[in-house]
Amino acid sequence: MANKLIVSLSPHVHNRDSVQRNMYGVCFALIPALLTSLYFFGVGAAIVLVTSVVSCVFFEWSITKYILKRERTTITDGSAILTGLLLGFNLPSNLPVWIILIGALVAIGVGKLTFGGLGCNPFNPALVGRVFLLVSFPVQMTSWPKAGQLSSYLDAETAATPLSVMKEAIKSGDASVLHKLPDAIDLLIGQTGGSMGEVSALALLIGLAYMLVRRIITWHIPVSILLTVFVISGLLHLSNPIYASPFSVLLTGGIMLGACFMATDYVTSPMTAKGQVIYGIAIGFLTVVIRTFGAYPEGMSFAILIMNAFTPLINTYCKPKRFGEVVKK
Amino acid sequence: MKTFKIGGVHPSENKLSAAEPIRPAGLPEQAVFSLYQHIGAPAKPIVAKGDVVKVGTMLAEADGFVSVPVHSSVSGKVSKIDAIVDASGYRRPAIFVDVEGDEWEESIDRTPDLVTLAQRPELTAADIVAKVKACGIVGMGGATFPCHVKLSPPKGTKAECVIINAVECEPYLTADHRLMQEKPDEILVGVSLIMKAVGVDKGYIGIENNKRDAIALLTENVKAYPQIEIVPLQVKYPQGGEKQLIEAVTGREVPAPPALPIQVGAVVQNVGTTFAIYEAVMKNKPLFERVITVTGMDLQKPSNLLARIGTPMKRLIEECGGLPEHTGKVIGGGPMMGKALMNLDVPVCKGSSGLLLMNERAARRREVQPCIRCAKCVSVCPMGLEPYLLATVSHLRNWDMAEGNDITSCIECGSCQFTCPSSRPLLDNVRMGKTTVMALIRARNAK
Repeated sequence: MANKLIVSLSPHVHNRDSVQRNMYGVCFALIPALLTSLYFFGVGAAIVLVTSVVSCVFFEWSITKYILKRERTTITDGSAILTGLLLGFNLPSNLPVWIILIGALVAIGVGKLTFGGLGCNPFNPALVGRVFLLVSFPVQMTSWPKAGQLSSYLDAETAATPLSVMKEAIKSGDASVLHKLPDAIDLLIGQTGGSMGEVSALALLIGLAYMLVRRIITWHIPVSILLTVFVISGLLHLSNPIYASPFSVLLTGGIMLGACFMATDYVTSPMTAKGQVIYGIAIGFLTVVIRTFGAYPEGMSFAILIMNAFTPLINTYCKPKRFGEVVKK
Repeated sequence: MKTFKIGGVHPSENKLSAAEPIRPAGLPEQAVFSLYQHIGAPAKPIVAKGDVVKVGTMLAEADGFVSVPVHSSVSGKVSKIDAIVDASGYRRPAIFVDVEGDEWEESIDRTPDLVTLAQRPELTAADIVAKVKACGIVGMGGATFPCHVKLSPPKGTKAECVIINAVECEPYLTADHRLMQEKPDEILVGVSLIMKAVGVDKGYIGIENNKRDAIALLTENVKAYPQIEIVPLQVKYPQGGEKQLIEAVTGREVPAPPALPIQVGAVVQNVGTTFAIYEAVMKNKPLFERVITVTGMDLQKPSNLLARIGTPMKRLIEECGGLPEHTGKVIGGGPMMGKALMNLDVPVCKGSSGLLLMNERAARRREVQPCIRCAKCVSVCPMGLEPYLLATVSHLRNWDMAEGNDITSCIECGSCQFTCPSSRPLLDNVRMGKTTVMALIRARNAK
């Protein structure tokens, strides 16, 4: 026995956290949003989500095995499943399967594996896939089914989303257009049109609470994004009533999903608390600017991708306060 | 309740032996005394093969200011001076003594009576420091820095308070906890001695709140010592780190290396050291025995043993029910910062606070996965460093960047590696980088 002792350096214990625990933890936090999307969009949501998850996992497996020729598969780490779920949540529930497949291939193949796989990608893979689809298939990607058509898929009836109503109000300069917006309760629960994972702010907030309690993420990114959006859209609303109220802005479109689940992606967000707050404020600011003054009704995905590109710079300049460091006044 | 501000983790405490009274371990047949039981110059042997020694006889003398003597813990005959692998993992010269009987030097006061400072009014600060050095006392929390050096603040600095480190934040270890339970008055006299030695009138004893009985006992007994304050601390690792403890107790942060704690006026001593100082000054007893926690999930009888220095570790394991089957790793110290031992013949040394046995399953490291940049290592680092970055630049041998990102501030507490979801060997790399950068800085300064 004595000649077989293991000798390694300290620490000799580990808190048993793992990549899997975090990835599946985020997936678990998405369950309320998953259930609400099935509740509001029925069959269509099921088809889109299953296609997205299965194809993301398939592309991760096949590319790592046959193109990268890695010995070990990485599909069990949960990151491909998570990318698939998030990509699916960003799509309309009447999107044809072949478009979803293209999105999954771009997300996993281009967004993630070209850079080396998990941990190496500079941009959020699900958003790379989503934005690729948005610029390639603008018509399909911006026609949103109305909530409540449980048995329809490609044939679902589409309607204007709250975001397009807001954009119309700004373009026409007529604040009365905003009366077409659903009330805050409907927006909170998700009784409205939009991409399926985004509609219910409440379900996403439950997921956020779960991730905070299990310490999968910290509050810095979601809180700084949501506060910034609230403050800036609040100022705009006060300056001119054609801009929707900050409550409607917070509860519509991709802000909740983006702030809670997309911007908080470990790999593409900054490493220090200070950096994360700067990153969050910038995302909130860019989102409102794009929504208000840009060509697209939604700016969350672009804002996150733009700030993903700034993450290395933020990491270089936002160092944690060192122990014993004298803060210069 | 007070604690340090930045970072920290909460490993499972597993204080299996917290309720076990300290009991003396049996004498070994042969005791082995490494000459490198402290940081600084090794001790110089003053005995030769065949010499007869008693318990407390000096075997090797201090070689310079940052060095301490080594005393025999047993009576018997010096059999040889030879190299052994000690707890550090290095081969080091050591003095071997074959044990015969248990005869103590007559100068040692073996009565159990408490001697207070009031009974010895003639003691001066210089007397205390000289006695501490002559008795070979080092930091017994594990760092083994010669104690008299810390008690002699360099010119231009002024000590303002003494802080006793009774945190024992390492999981499993209970040696300090039991010592406080069983020798509270001796410890309080020890604190007074340290305060007198460095000339301050404020002393703190920092204890983590998982040792409520010790806090209660000391709070009661400290009433006779108005200058000493018991400071209960929130349980958080690595509170026993010197800098973390100073910040937790006084709110002051020691600046980055090469600054020393004395620059914020603090002199920190471990509670075990404090007891050893009491015994040295008041009982004329050199440091040749100490309390060591022998523990492990599979060990039959986790215990706190009063062991003679030089006793082989396997002897202590026998006292606690024998080596469990499937033991995979034996650690000298605690699981967060202890060192894995090469074999069980390694002798107890002055810095041995614990002996932890881990089974093969627990001993194996987990599979390394890619860094997912979750930033958890950054958030737990108690020094405000970026372990992911330091590990990467060390691995890439970019020493300039490692130095620029303050790698020398790392206290090697292991919180980063403990927390890493990808089980990456962060501290392995940082340690390598830190050692290299410190060597480069020394070379640069030597020019």
